[in-house]
Amino acid sequence: MSTVSVDLAILGSGPAGLSAAARAAQRGMSHILLEKTDHLSDTIYKYQKGKHIMATPSQLVLRSDMPFEAGKREVILTNWDKDTARHRINVRLRSEVKAVKGQRGDFQIELADGATLQAKAVILAIGTQGNPNKLKIPGGDLDFVQYTLDDPRAHFDEDIVIVGGGDAGIENALGLADPELANRVTLLQRGPDFSRAKAANVQLLEQAKEQGRLDYITECAPRSLEPGLMIIDTKDGELRLPCNRVIARLGSVPPRQFVEACGAKFTGPDREAFPQLSPSFESTVPGLYIIGALAGYPLIKHCMNQGYDVVEYLAGNTALKPADEPLLEAKFAHLPMRRSVDEWLEFLRREIEIFNDLSPLQMREFMLESDVRFYRKDDRIITRNDVGSSLFTIAQGSVLVEINPEDPSITVPIPAGQIFGEVGLISGRRRGATIRAAGDTLCVEVPRSAALKLMGTVPGVKRRIDRITTERMMKIIFGGDIDPARLNRILDAATLRTLKPQEALITEGEVGFDIYVIRSGSLVVEKNVGGKNVFLSYVPAGAYVGEMALFDNGRRNATVRATVNTEIITMPGDLFKEMLAAQPNTAKRVQEQIANRRRVTDYVEAQKAGFSGVVDMYTSVADFLVEQGLGEATDALLIDETLCIGCDHCETACAESHDGISRLDREAGHTYAHIHVPTSCRHCENPHCMTDCPPNAIRRAPDGEVFIDEKCIGCGNCQRNCPYGVIQMEKTPPKKPGLLSWLLLGMGPGPGQADHDWIDKQLAKKHTEAPKVAVKCDMCKGIAGGPACVRACPTGAAIRVSPEGYLRVAQAAGAEG
Amino acid sequence: MARGNTLTDRRSGATHESFLRHQNYLYLKLAVALCLVSTVAYIFFSPVPRHNGGTWLGYTLGTISAVLIVWLTALGMRKRAITPGKWSLKGWTSAHIYLGLSLVVVATLHTGFQFGLNVHTLAYVLMMIVIVSGVFGIFFYATIPQRMSDNRAEKSTAQMLEEIAALDNDLREAAQPLASENAIVVQRAIDNTKLGGGVLERLRSNHPKCATLQAMNELKARRKSGGDDLGPILSVLERKGVLLERARRHVRYRALLELWLYIHVPITFALLAALIAHIVSVFYFW
Repeated sequence: MSTVSVDLAILGSGPAGLSAAARAAQRGMSHILLEKTDHLSDTIYKYQKGKHIMATPSQLVLRSDMPFEAGKREVILTNWDKDTARHRINVRLRSEVKAVKGQRGDFQIELADGATLQAKAVILAIGTQGNPNKLKIPGGDLDFVQYTLDDPRAHFDEDIVIVGGGDAGIENALGLADPELANRVTLLQRGPDFSRAKAANVQLLEQAKEQGRLDYITECAPRSLEPGLMIIDTKDGELRLPCNRVIARLGSVPPRQFVEACGAKFTGPDREAFPQLSPSFESTVPGLYIIGALAGYPLIKHCMNQGYDVVEYLAGNTALKPADEPLLEAKFAHLPMRRSVDEWLEFLRREIEIFNDLSPLQMREFMLESDVRFYRKDDRIITRNDVGSSLFTIAQGSVLVEINPEDPSITVPIPAGQIFGEVGLISGRRRGATIRAAGDTLCVEVPRSAALKLMGTVPGVKRRIDRITTERMMKIIFGGDIDPARLNRILDAATLRTLKPQEALITEGEVGFDIYVIRSGSLVVEKNVGGKNVFLSYVPAGAYVGEMALFDNGRRNATVRATVNTEIITMPGDLFKEMLAAQPNTAKRVQEQIANRRRVTDYVEAQKAGFSGVVDMYTSVADFLVEQGLGEATDALLIDETLCIGCDHCETACAESHDGISRLDREAGHTYAHIHVPTSCRHCENPHCMTDCPPNAIRRAPDGEVFIDEKCIGCGNCQRNCPYGVIQMEKTPPKKPGLLSWLLLGMGPGPGQADHDWIDKQLAKKHTEAPKVAVKCDMCKGIAGGPACVRACPTGAAIRVSPEGYLRVAQAAGAEG
Repeated sequence: MARGNTLTDRRSGATHESFLRHQNYLYLKLAVALCLVSTVAYIFFSPVPRHNGGTWLGYTLGTISAVLIVWLTALGMRKRAITPGKWSLKGWTSAHIYLGLSLVVVATLHTGFQFGLNVHTLAYVLMMIVIVSGVFGIFFYATIPQRMSDNRAEKSTAQMLEEIAALDNDLREAAQPLASENAIVVQRAIDNTKLGGGVLERLRSNHPKCATLQAMNELKARRKSGGDDLGPILSVLERKGVLLERARRHVRYRALLELWLYIHVPITFALLAALIAHIVSVFYFW
C-alpha cells in the first residue's frame, strides 16, 4: 500500500474541519480531510430530519470559505457537499483514525483500514461525540445491529431489542414504543435499576411498561445473536427473544482518550476539562492543532471561524486577528484607558489573581462573555438584596463592602486583584451587602456560566473561589471582627460536602458537635413528635445549623434534611466553641439564635398532646411544597383551588403576553390541601436549565427572573434538564388578527394560545420557517404591571410567592385545617 | 372563600385575597355608599306630582345606571385584552359584582316604581334578569371550586379521558375469553360511553342510561346463571363506573361555572339594545 504524504491532515469533517479544509484548498496547501463515516458532518447529519439549525451568536461575523446561515439541516448539508466539491477538497470518507504519532513536520496517521498517512501538521476537529461502544457478543456484527436511531417512525411492526438503559436507550425505546408503530420493544439493562438515566425518563419508561407499550428486563446481559433471535442471560436463566433489530446504546469512548493518546495534555482531570491550547489553537504537541467542540466551542460559527484561522496561522499569517477581535474592541472602547485588545487581555490576566493561570486563548473567551466596567469613587457596584449571580474581579483600584446595612460608613475594603460577588455565584441568593468603589476602579464582571466554566477548566480557580466563599460566609455569619489567624485555622479544617435531596445532615438523638454552614441549596428542620415528623423551620443558604448541640452535650434535638442538592461546609465544633469564647459579641448573637430556636422546639414539645390538626396540616403542606421543588424556588406560581374556577385565563394571558405561547399548564401538577402547584417555572436558585446551554442563552435578570434570550439555538438541553417539566420547545406562532377583528368579525383563533394546526397552516401560507426554540416563564420581565397570569385571574386564585411566602401560605392552610 | 380572608390578615399587602374581599371590600363599600346616597336623596327629595325618571334626581340616577351598565359590560373586553399595566382582573370582577348589585337599588329608584308594559320596563326587567343570573354566578364561583378540586384529585381533564380510554382497552382484553353474548354487552359498554352532551346531561352527574352501569347490571344478573367467569370484567366495569362518575361530576362542575353565563351575557346584549331604545324614546317623546 502506498503511503500518502500531505502538508496538512484534518481529522473530522464537521463545521470546523470542513472550514479548515476549505481554507487549505483555497491556499493550495496539500491536504487531506479524514472522515470516519461515509458522509460529511456526522453530528449534524444525525440531527432529526428537517431540524432548523441556528447561526448564533448573531453579532459574530462568519469567516470561512464555506457558506453557513441558519436553515434546515438538509439545506445546510447539501450546500456543504456542493462547496466541498467546488473547493476541490481532498476528502477521504470511511477513514477512522486509530492513532496519530510524531510531531511537527513528521506525523504518522494510522487508519483503521490499515493505511498510513504522513503529514507535516494535523488538525483535530473530531468533536465530542466519541466512538460508540460496540456490542461484543457472537453475532454482534450482524447488519441489523445499529448504534444510533435516526427516526423511530421509520420502523413498523418490528421486534426490537434495545441494549443499554441510559438516557439514549430509554429515549429510543419510548420513541419506538409508540402504539401507532406497533413495534414490540424490549429494553435490556445490566444493573438492577436505571441509575444512570434521568428520573423523568425512568418514570416514563415505567409508565410505558405498566401500560404494556414496551417491556424491560433488568440484571441481564445479551449472550449471542442470530438472525431473528437474541439469547439473553437473566437472573432467572436463559431467555430467547425474537429480534429483528438491535439498537445498542452502550455509551461511548470519550474523545479525550484519543487526544491524550496523541500526546496532548488537558487542563485538568475533571470531565469538563479541555485540551491545553495556545492562542493559535496548538496543543502541547507541536504541530497538532485542536479546534471546534473538542476545544470547548460548541457553536457552529465559532468552529468554522477557527477552521479558517488555524489554517491561516499554519500558513504563516501571524498578523491575522481572530474574527471576534471587533467584539473585544467594542468591550474595551468605553474605558478611559487606551490599550490594544492584546494589551488589555495581558493586563487583566496579570492583575487579577484568579486569571493568572489562564492561557491567552481562555482569556479571550472569558472576556467575550464578560464585561469590563469602570467606576468612579462611591459608585455602587452591587446593591444589597439585588439578585445577581455574576462574579466581580478587581483589576485596578479597590472597593468597599458595607457590612452594616444601617450604617453605610462602616466598610471593609477589598483590594485590587481580588474577587467579590462570589456568594451570589455559588448560592444563587440575593446579594448580601452593598459594595461601592473606593476610588477609580476597574472591574471585570464574569457572568455565572462563564465563571462556572472557568472553575471547571482551571482547578486552581475553583480552589481559590471555594476558599474565599467560605471565608466570606464565615465573616458574614460570625462577624467581620473574627481574628484572621483563627479564621485561617477554621478554613483549613473546614470541609465541603454535597447532600442529595432528602438526605439527612443531622439526625435527631445522635451525638455530634460539628457546625454546618449552608453554601448553596436549603434545609428543613424537623422534630419527631409522637412518631410524626413535625416541620420546624426552613434554613436557606447562607445560614448555619448544628450549634444547639454545643450546649446540649452534643445531643442533636432535631433532624435536618436537604430539600434539594445542597452544599454544606462542615466546621469542627471545638474550633467554633473556641471562637465563641474569644469573641463575646459573636457568642451573644449565637446565644440569641439558640434561644429563638429553643423556643420553637420547646413549644412543639409542650404541645405534643393536644397537637393533632394544626401542626400536622402545616407540616404536610410544607412538606408537599418542598417536595414540589419550591425548596429551591425563588418565585413560584401557586393556585388556591378554593378560588380557582378553571377558566384558564392565566394561560390565555400568558400566551397573549408572550408571542402566543402559554408558558404554564394550570391543570397539570400536584395539589395538596387545595394548594395547587401548576406546571410553571419556579425560577430556581441554581437553575437546572442553565447547566448546559451551549449559547449561554439562559440568564437571570436583575429582578431574579430566569429567562431565555434570543440566542437560543433550540437544542432542547434545558427542556431535558428541567426536573419540573416547565420548558417547552415551540415554534413562534405568527401574529394573530387583533382582538376586535376576532370579537366582531370572527377572524383568527382569538385570545390565548392558538392550536398547532392553525399555527402550522399560517406558517405554511407565509412560506416562512419557524425554528423551535425553548420557551419558559420569564415572570413577564419588562411588562408593566408584572406577571400577567396573576393580573388576569378573575378570582384571586393565582398568586406568586417566594419561599418565605409559600410557607406562610402553608401556615395559613394549616391554621385552617 | 375563607382561605383568602385569613391570609390577608397575615400578609399585609399580599395578593392572596379572594375577589369578594378584594382590597378589603373596597367596592362593596363604594356600592353601599352609592345605594345609601341614592336612597337618602330619594327620601328627602319629593318631586311633584311624584317620583319618576324625568325629574333631576331621576335623570341623575338614570345616567349613573346607564353608565354603570355600559362599564359593567366592558368587563368582557377587559378580560380578553391582556395589555400591560397595573390592572387586576380580580379588582374588575370585584367591582363588577358589587357595583352591579348596587344597580338593584339605583335603577329601581330611577324608575320611581312606575312599571308598565313598555320598552322602559323591558329594559328594567332584562337588567334584573342579568343581575339575578349574576348572583347565581357569584354563588357558583364561591362554592364550586373547592368541590371541583377535591373531585378531580390532581387529574387534568385530558388525564381523566386517557384513563377511561385505558380502561376500555382493559375491558376489550378481559372480554376476549367471554362467550359472544357477554362480549357484546361489554362492547356496548365501550361503544356507548357518553360524557357530557347537552345542557341537561352536563348538569347531571349520574346518567340514567349509563352504558357501563347497564352492562354491569346485565352481567351481574347473568353471573347467577353460571357460565363465564365474569368476576374480572365486572371489577374493571366497576372501576370504569367510578371514573366515569368522577369525570361526569367534573363536567357538571364546569357546566355550573359556565352555564349561567349563557343567560348573563346574551341578556346583557338584549339589555343594551333595550337601554338604547329606552333612552332614544325618552328623548324623542320628550
